[in-house]
Amino acid sequence: MLIFNLLLRNVWRHKGRAALTFLGLLVATLAFGLLSTVVSAWYAGAEGASNARLITRNSISLVFPLPISHAERIRQVDGVSSLSWANWFGGIYKEPKNFFPQFAIQPESYLNAYPEYLLTEAERTDFLRDRRAVVIGRKIANSYGLKVGDNLTLKGTIYPGDWEFQVAGIYEGRQTSTDTAQLFFHWDYLNEEAKRRNLPRSQNTTGVFIVQIAEPARAAEISLQIDSLFRNSAYETLTETEKAFQLGFVAMTEAIVVAIQIVSYVVILIIMAVMANTMAMTARERTGEYATLKALGFSPQFVAGLITAESLMLAVFGGIAGAVITFPVARTFGDAMGTIFPVFEVASQTTVMQLILALIVGLVASVIPAWRASRIRIVEGLRAI
Amino acid sequence: MIELRHVSKRYKRGGQLVPVLHDLSLCVARGEFLALMGPSGSGKSTLLNLIAGIDRPDSGEILIDGQDIARMNESELARWRAQHVGFIFQFYNLIPVLTAFENVALPLQLTSLSEAAKKARVLKALTMVGLADRLDHTPSELSGGQQQRVAIARALITDPSIIVADEPTGDLDRQSAHDILVMLSGLNREMGKTILMVTHDPKAAEHALRIVHLEKGQLEAGIAAVPLTPAASVAPTQKTDAHF
Repeated sequence: MLIFNLLLRNVWRHKGRAALTFLGLLVATLAFGLLSTVVSAWYAGAEGASNARLITRNSISLVFPLPISHAERIRQVDGVSSLSWANWFGGIYKEPKNFFPQFAIQPESYLNAYPEYLLTEAERTDFLRDRRAVVIGRKIANSYGLKVGDNLTLKGTIYPGDWEFQVAGIYEGRQTSTDTAQLFFHWDYLNEEAKRRNLPRSQNTTGVFIVQIAEPARAAEISLQIDSLFRNSAYETLTETEKAFQLGFVAMTEAIVVAIQIVSYVVILIIMAVMANTMAMTARERTGEYATLKALGFSPQFVAGLITAESLMLAVFGGIAGAVITFPVARTFGDAMGTIFPVFEVASQTTVMQLILALIVGLVASVIPAWRASRIRIVEGLRAI
Repeated sequence: MIELRHVSKRYKRGGQLVPVLHDLSLCVARGEFLALMGPSGSGKSTLLNLIAGIDRPDSGEILIDGQDIARMNESELARWRAQHVGFIFQFYNLIPVLTAFENVALPLQLTSLSEAAKKARVLKALTMVGLADRLDHTPSELSGGQQQRVAIARALITDPSIIVADEPTGDLDRQSAHDILVMLSGLNREMGKTILMVTHDPKAAEHALRIVHLEKGQLEAGIAAVPLTPAASVAPTQKTDAHF
């Protein structure tokens, strides 16, 4: 108990220095947590992807559509249990800054393929019955104050003109990691309007097919079978797992993700250097005390342990405070980001990493001061009084 | 019995080896109170450090009760110091963040005594030095004399046979210095502690039973290397078996 008291009092001996180091650790841990959460948010789509879903798109690029006639042939492939499709709409809700993904979908099959989007039975029925109905995620509803029954107008960018919809349902996510910042409407409505508005290249086409398979282990084999159906045709396909498809999007911005990751670790390195300096200063100031302890019979290992434990204690205090504060800050940050990050949740792995890194910072920062203190020659150390 | 045989010690200063002690031999009887005097740089503190086991000789033997401490490794020496030596420093060397009670209790952390036994010992030691009412005071809340008394209590707490005091009154006013010296004499006389004290002050040295002068790393000519009357030294007046 006496040694623990000594440690605790040593930590707060220079209150200003300890408070600043604590603050530095808190900020570094918080910054690491937030940046890691941004990276996780980037990968959220891939993380939420199902192994039982394949995505078939145009092999040239996602920009080029596929004819809807592919659907019947894909359905025939052995192992395919059901099929749906979705088409990127790219409309603007009131202002360009109000970004959220919008898809024209084959409603029934799509909602069956994505059981993680939770709708009430009444909302589902209303959505399926009305071709101008949309369902929106809870995050969109909260961000823009939309509720069931509200009219909603999107200004088309790929499909010109104003597009009128009515909110039939607001879906919740089955898990906190489920993306609830999307809007879905009827592909049939899009297709009919494309014909009515004389948009020939947008008729009877879709961006992707969502292929449900009964045995995820056969994903590679089924993907090859689907793609072989359309080889050497005008619309060759590329089929991959939903996760690979989502990661393809992330890969487009990988440089940014890598930069964020590097910055998050650089922040930790900086605080490590600051902390090492603090501990070196502390150990140097207490040279006489460490020499006295050694003279009294305490071992060099004990003296080194005192410094290491003090460093760890300070680092853990700062790390825990930083990890705790990450949650409310991330919530505020996520709300401020609106629908840009559909999922912005602090993962438990992030919290664990924050605490592990705080421990590493404490440990590494104390290595040299502890080693030096353990090697103090008692006679020389006593002269430092 | 403390016996130094042909001990030499040199220090490196600015790339040069400076001899501090040269072929020095000395005997200190158990229960003796020895004052080491000499000008600055004469090697008296070095001699004290060697006997206390916080420094090592370049050559020679330092036998304490027949055990050559110069041959011990670091951890053996640390254990030996914890059991056999109590330190009193000129500037007290108390841990500033610990109270008087905690400072005195510190060496007991190396023992297997129960918490209750430790507490009883610390209270007894602080009562003995007249600081029973200052248990919760930190060093900064105590006067120099009181701090040195805490240091004496700390030196006694493990009941060591040897107490080394390096200029124990060097930082104190006359009255406090006198009180500390009386206390040291009492420890020697009543508890039979072997005390080795380095001092510049002839008045302080008068409290010792024997005074040894050092000059340029050697005992001054005419000074006996062994106690002249060991029996008298070992059997001081009113010696008791008091211990912790």
